[in-house]
Amino acid sequence: MAVTQDKPTKRTRKSEPAMEKAELLGAYSTMLLIRRFEEKAGQLYGMGLIAGFCHLYIGQEAVVVGMKHATSEGDEVITSYRDHGHMLACGMDPKGVMAELTGRAGGYSRGKGGSMHMFSREKNFFGGHGIVGAQVSLGTGLGFSNWYRANDRVSLTYFGDGAANQGQVYESFNLASLMKLPVIFIIENNRYSMGTSVERASASRDLSLNGSPWGMASLSVDGMDVMAVKAAGEVAVAHCRSGKGPFLLEMKTYRYRGHSMSDPAKYRTREEVQRMRAEHDCLDAAKKMLEDLGVSEADLKKLDDDIKAQVQEAADFAQTSPEPELSEIWTDVLVEGV
Amino acid sequence: MATEILMPALSPTMTEGKLSKWLKKVGDDVKSGDVIAEIETDKATMEVEAVDEGKILSILVEEGTEGVPVNAVIATLGVAGETAKAVPAAAPKAELPVAAPKAAAPAQAMKPEHHEIAEPSWGETKPTTVREALRAGMSLEMRADPDVFLMGEEVAQYQGAYKISQGMLDEFGPRRVIDTPITEHGFTGMAVGAAMNGLKPIVEFMTFNFAMQAIDQIINSAAKTLYMSGGQMGCPIVFRGPNGAASRVGAQHSQCFASWYAHCPGLKVVAPWSAADAKGLMRAAIRDPNPVIFLENEILYGQSFDCPVSDDFILPIGKAKVERVGSDVTIVAFSMMVDVALKAAEILAGQGISAEVINLRTIRPLDVATIIESVKKTNRVVSVEEGWPFAGIGSEICMTVTEHCFDWLDAPPVRVAGLDVPMPYAANLEKLALPQPNWVVDAVKKII
Repeated sequence: MAVTQDKPTKRTRKSEPAMEKAELLGAYSTMLLIRRFEEKAGQLYGMGLIAGFCHLYIGQEAVVVGMKHATSEGDEVITSYRDHGHMLACGMDPKGVMAELTGRAGGYSRGKGGSMHMFSREKNFFGGHGIVGAQVSLGTGLGFSNWYRANDRVSLTYFGDGAANQGQVYESFNLASLMKLPVIFIIENNRYSMGTSVERASASRDLSLNGSPWGMASLSVDGMDVMAVKAAGEVAVAHCRSGKGPFLLEMKTYRYRGHSMSDPAKYRTREEVQRMRAEHDCLDAAKKMLEDLGVSEADLKKLDDDIKAQVQEAADFAQTSPEPELSEIWTDVLVEGV
Repeated sequence: MATEILMPALSPTMTEGKLSKWLKKVGDDVKSGDVIAEIETDKATMEVEAVDEGKILSILVEEGTEGVPVNAVIATLGVAGETAKAVPAAAPKAELPVAAPKAAAPAQAMKPEHHEIAEPSWGETKPTTVREALRAGMSLEMRADPDVFLMGEEVAQYQGAYKISQGMLDEFGPRRVIDTPITEHGFTGMAVGAAMNGLKPIVEFMTFNFAMQAIDQIINSAAKTLYMSGGQMGCPIVFRGPNGAASRVGAQHSQCFASWYAHCPGLKVVAPWSAADAKGLMRAAIRDPNPVIFLENEILYGQSFDCPVSDDFILPIGKAKVERVGSDVTIVAFSMMVDVALKAAEILAGQGISAEVINLRTIRPLDVATIIESVKKTNRVVSVEEGWPFAGIGSEICMTVTEHCFDWLDAPPVRVAGLDVPMPYAANLEKLALPQPNWVVDAVKKII
């Protein structure tokens, strides 16, 4: 497949929608869960219940949810430190995620990982990585293990526009292309690597072409449109599963909050953020589509209430779960008893 | 005037080789750059080019001759009736750093002088090089477990930069013996990701110096993930390759990384000396569910030791070996420095001083019990390492002894280490930079 900047996703939508009503409702529900979860996490951070680094995913929800709907159970997911949305989309329990944010024994890493370091063997979620770009080589290794075992799985390797400038990303592109590994590299281009706009950080003006020296097939996608993401994801998944090697997706997206909780966001205007929220919000768009498909306002309100309750339950659990036992400090350094 | 063509050194550590084939015969004219012979070392077969023009006057070493020492005269070149002057053949072009021909050192079989230390008996042994032992350890584990594979630069088609993996591509195929591009950061991360997903990679670094490109993946990803995941996601992986100084390869290829990796919780660090160490510990490292740093030594690769032949032979990680029993001082060493320590012990024995030599085998977890037991008997300790002294393994040994058996010490612990400088290239300076047996002798005599 040639490198392309087409947006077949839009064409696809005109002919047949990437999701029928029931599926779209499910996708909307997951996006809403992520949005409400992240809002709650921001709140708990403000109350001092969450500390350290906390990078919120608000604005970017359509990316992970659309990709989730394009993939199958067993496909691996790995990402950077902005990882709460990915975990929830993978089906990890919001209680365990929130309790990890508060550093409690009920968290996915029993309080020893924190916001940036959570994993689920059961849900095939491989973290949660704090070193920008490191997850790209690791995700290539997940794809490698699928190639080695000759199974049908695909590795979804997420990274930001900032990581897209790291050297090991291109080492990984080369390795994955050379060995034809089933890896979907997903650049979540939210326009800012911390406070540096993509224009100031990358001489590449079109990140979807960053795999072109290796002949990597790619698409640039409206990452604020969950249907477009799913449609592009299906193209990428089919490509990888058929043994053609890796695929690069550039998701054009936007984060509404700062890079982390301590980011004053002086590098962009309030108007820019407001415009994105008002005109391109993934939840608003999905909600409108659902209304057009005949979902009642009452049903949508009930969904919102249910999700709020679910998130509140997670927040309550995260505050009542005890801190880890002090003896935990010495466990899990090495696998013992060998 | 006729010139002598000498047996060239084809690698930094070559001391002898096989003259496998002459491509010219007596009476042939040769000019500079002509390939005149093929020479086989334990690592590779390489072509030898003529440096000078002339006629082959005589061939002094027949083809097929093994064990031809570096710098031996193998042929003469010139006009009939001339007398000869020594000029070495050009060292061939090679990817590996090539040293200028140098005085031939006799090949040494580094056998421990004393065998009185009882280890569990593994039955029959046979002389085995460290290279063969490493290969045997990996191959045995790969036969037993399909999740184990080897990847690295030149490990497959080239048969290994140092021929450790020779023949493994043929046996295991390209899916399990994988050539990578020269991209340490990328392929290390890829291997760690594969390990997180349950495979058991063996990653060969052509030297541990190149692993610095990948040290973020080794420390931040491989060593810390088990902890950060609350025990969910381990990383069963072996990082292996030559560590420390080889011979005349300069500052960027001669560093010992033992203390770098030993510093980090979440890693095990192994440093074999003998062939038995190499085979037994390699198997244990591959079976270990944790990331293991496996520090080899290029100079040891070609050296022969008695090694158990049993397919069941394995050594435990975390257990040192007393290589020589003594009563006056404990000398603690690892890897190549075990040989230096044993030579020093031999010299000391001639002077009436009985030294006990401990081969650490594993650096982390350190076998504190064996060290302490020995020091409580000898009341003195000297550590030997080729790495730098500051924050080195010797510092850890000396502090461990101070903490655990201060009251048994009759003298302060002493460190012998490589000089605190980047490795110089010049032969005399390099020799000056690395611990010699007499340094250890001097250190012992300071405290006795």
